Amino acid sequence: MSLTQFIFGRLSLHSLPFWSAIQHPTIENIVNDTIASGAASMVIVGAVATAGLITYFGKWRYLWTEWLTSVDHKRIGIMYIVVAFVMLSRALIEAVLMRTQQAFGLGGGFLSPEHFGELFSTHGTIMIFFMAMPFLIGLINFVMPQQIGTRDVSFPVMNSISLGLTVAGAMLVMISLVVGKFSTGGWSGYPPYTETTFNPGVGPDYWIWAVSLSGIGTMLTGINFAVTIYKRRAPGMTLMRMPLFTWTALCTSILMIFAMPPLTVATVLLALDRYLGFHFFTNGLGGNMMNFANLFWLFGHPEVYILILPAFGVYSEVIPAFSGKIIYGYTSLVLATMVIALLSFTVWLHHFFTMGQSAAVNATFGIATMMIGIPTGVKIYDWMLTMVRGRIRFTVPMVYSLGFMMLFVIGGMSGIILANPSIDYQVHNTLFLVAHFHNVLIPGLLFGMLAGYHFWFPKAFGFRLNERWGMASALCWIFGFMFAFFPLYALGLLGFPRRTVAFYNPIYVPYLAIALFGGVIILAALACLVIQLVVSVIQRDQNRVPAGDPWNASALEWSVAAPAPEYNFAVLPEVTARDAFMVAKEHGTAYLPPERFTDIEMPKNSPMGMILCITGAFAAFGLVWHIWWMVGIAMLATIGAMIWHGSLRDYERIIPAQEIREDYMRWLKLVHDAHPVSRDHEIEHDNAGLADLHETMEAAE
Amino acid sequence: MSGNTLDNPGFRLRASYHHVDREGEVMFGFWVFLMSDAIIFGLIFATYATMVRATAGGPGPKQLFDIGSVAIETSALLLSSFTYGLASLALRYHAGRWAVIAWLAVTLVLAFVFLWFEVHDFLTMFAHGGSPDRSGFTSAFFGLVPLHGLHVTSGCIWMVVLIVRMLRKGIDEDVRLGVQRLALFWHFLDIVWIAIFSLVYLGGLV
Repeated sequence: MSLTQFIFGRLSLHSLPFWSAIQHPTIENIVNDTIASGAASMVIVGAVATAGLITYFGKWRYLWTEWLTSVDHKRIGIMYIVVAFVMLSRALIEAVLMRTQQAFGLGGGFLSPEHFGELFSTHGTIMIFFMAMPFLIGLINFVMPQQIGTRDVSFPVMNSISLGLTVAGAMLVMISLVVGKFSTGGWSGYPPYTETTFNPGVGPDYWIWAVSLSGIGTMLTGINFAVTIYKRRAPGMTLMRMPLFTWTALCTSILMIFAMPPLTVATVLLALDRYLGFHFFTNGLGGNMMNFANLFWLFGHPEVYILILPAFGVYSEVIPAFSGKIIYGYTSLVLATMVIALLSFTVWLHHFFTMGQSAAVNATFGIATMMIGIPTGVKIYDWMLTMVRGRIRFTVPMVYSLGFMMLFVIGGMSGIILANPSIDYQVHNTLFLVAHFHNVLIPGLLFGMLAGYHFWFPKAFGFRLNERWGMASALCWIFGFMFAFFPLYALGLLGFPRRTVAFYNPIYVPYLAIALFGGVIILAALACLVIQLVVSVIQRDQNRVPAGDPWNASALEWSVAAPAPEYNFAVLPEVTARDAFMVAKEHGTAYLPPERFTDIEMPKNSPMGMILCITGAFAAFGLVWHIWWMVGIAMLATIGAMIWHGSLRDYERIIPAQEIREDYMRWLKLVHDAHPVSRDHEIEHDNAGLADLHETMEAAE
Repeated sequence: MSGNTLDNPGFRLRASYHHVDREGEVMFGFWVFLMSDAIIFGLIFATYATMVRATAGGPGPKQLFDIGSVAIETSALLLSSFTYGLASLALRYHAGRWAVIAWLAVTLVLAFVFLWFEVHDFLTMFAHGGSPDRSGFTSAFFGLVPLHGLHVTSGCIWMVVLIVRMLRKGIDEDVRLGVQRLALFWHFLDIVWIAIFSLVYLGGLV
């Protein structure tokens, strides 16, 4: 091994995205490399610009002490959601690029098959692991501890470490744009295609380590959330008094604890094949790729419900709030959530009906799959009945919820169709499937996350988001989705295979053109979201809701100031019923100062999350490029940091009762000065976050 | 707020009102982690079960396993679980840090015996043409058994760290929780080993 090889591993000039265009300047190479280099420069320019702006405003210290090393669950939640939005932008642009390629793909198009393969692989990997997961984990992190009336999660430093590992994985995917190429094996990375025999390059290694890092982070998150919900609920908050969002958070956490290990096992065994010549999933010498398919989908199917359950939780908060009613059928919604969580482990085989098992096995899994439609249907009816005779306001979160209810049912129905193995044989691996899972994930998961973002944004930052731009974005999402994905059902039935770069039958062209049009509308939806954020920040002083309850809602998080103090509750609340804050408002016990304030112990900041983020990213980068010294140092640093952290003793600080009393009294004065608004005026400037209590009483009757 | 059971719902084991029960929380969290780890082992066991016959013309269990050596490993590990139990009892009955350190040190020695013989076994298997790149069977074996060995190794590192901490600072709340969690981990690894011994070694030799 030469010295260069020792230092740089497999890294060389060939790893740069524009190298093949320089070496072999064919038109195809030039087009593809220009796109790849453009993307790479966007990553670099974005990173440099961000760093430059932080330096210009002198905010490094602020960023480090207030955010990066913070173990406050609210800040960690917000950082997760920032990651989700950044990654959403990239993966969405990739999606539109793919739609463009296919729209012009009759006889070739402009992208090479490899480039197209990278695009659908990164799109899927990012959307699942680095958009959806961070978004829902961020939302749960922000909301759940406040809903159960506690001050932080059970393991605040571990929470920061989970974020660090997720960010490390996301960075790895971003780095793959600049050096080397990402996997072309899809988000599920099936061997033997991803084995060294067919893919000796770095692509599958990038996929393996990015996914493994985020998988470990997510498993730790699951443990953290589950323990928090079991152990830290406020006095009187029995399980059946928990808000429904917290219920879905609990079920999702349980799924994370049980479903992330299969992913870790699948990726690590694949890594053993690729790095040490094992034969787990190879073609020859006794390898068995079906083990990968089973392991991956043992994770992959529960994952679908990890994604959708928190969104169901958001709808269960948003729909009652904007219908001016309490939720209909609380118990049935809890049971449905639990049943879905349980059934999610019994259906993984429907992802590979066509892979040769017996008809009886397929039938069993097909029936199990259809059964999931039952609890989901119960939920849809509960939400509809919540709206009946309510005072419905068409705010942005409500529009997302309505779009969800109508579109998700269609996606669910196409799922029931696919659950029938004999039909699945016909449309397996076609765009029909792509249409189906986008139809459940976009209206289901993403609309839920965006509804939650609008709903809880005032709680996080103290001002409401602009309604007009929000509405524009919501409508673009809903209609863009319909244009982009309904044609895919038709294309699938016409036999258009998924993951196809080009085709030779002109019958597909009009459908693909409509799908591209839909993709562009969705891009406009993203632009509207960005504009909305900018406009809202500029107009923040007109939309402040310091009293903290802008939507006249019912759970405990609305009972404190917006933004909430870092300790959340000056005095831990006592819960006597479901919808604790609504009950307090009805009985006139909301906004009463406590008899006594006491000192509060809060965890100190910790750099552990950032340390493990950096060592994790370096270890993974070294593994991808076979730079073994880097792997060794990063591993030792990780172990050293953990031992150092374990030796710390002084990890809490005291917030004195006097300070808490002053904060509380200042807030209480704001509440008393605020003008109560009725539900009809909640999107106007008057809304200072104090609901018209008279109206609350009416609703109660 | 005494007498009302609703004050402390869920798994809160101690009746504390404003103060969260730290010990219960940490220990419960570790149980949940072990549950997750058990899934990892379970899946790799299942993978092994599907691949045990996939020897691809290479050596199988009968050619590769040395039951004598495995018996020594098993005895050492089971005994180490017992000595760890004595360390836990010393901690519980406040027998002083030296008693705890001594029993942990004995446990550590037994763990080294286990690892020594295990590595020796692996080298013998390599010598008989049973390296992991030989077949699906050897891959599955080396995916499962060394994973347990790695767990034991990390348990040893943790034990050393705890011993050093006790030597320097004595037994405080954090060390106590550390010893208790490592106890769970150590006994868990014992159970996994019993499964490996029964399914992999005995199952392979019948």
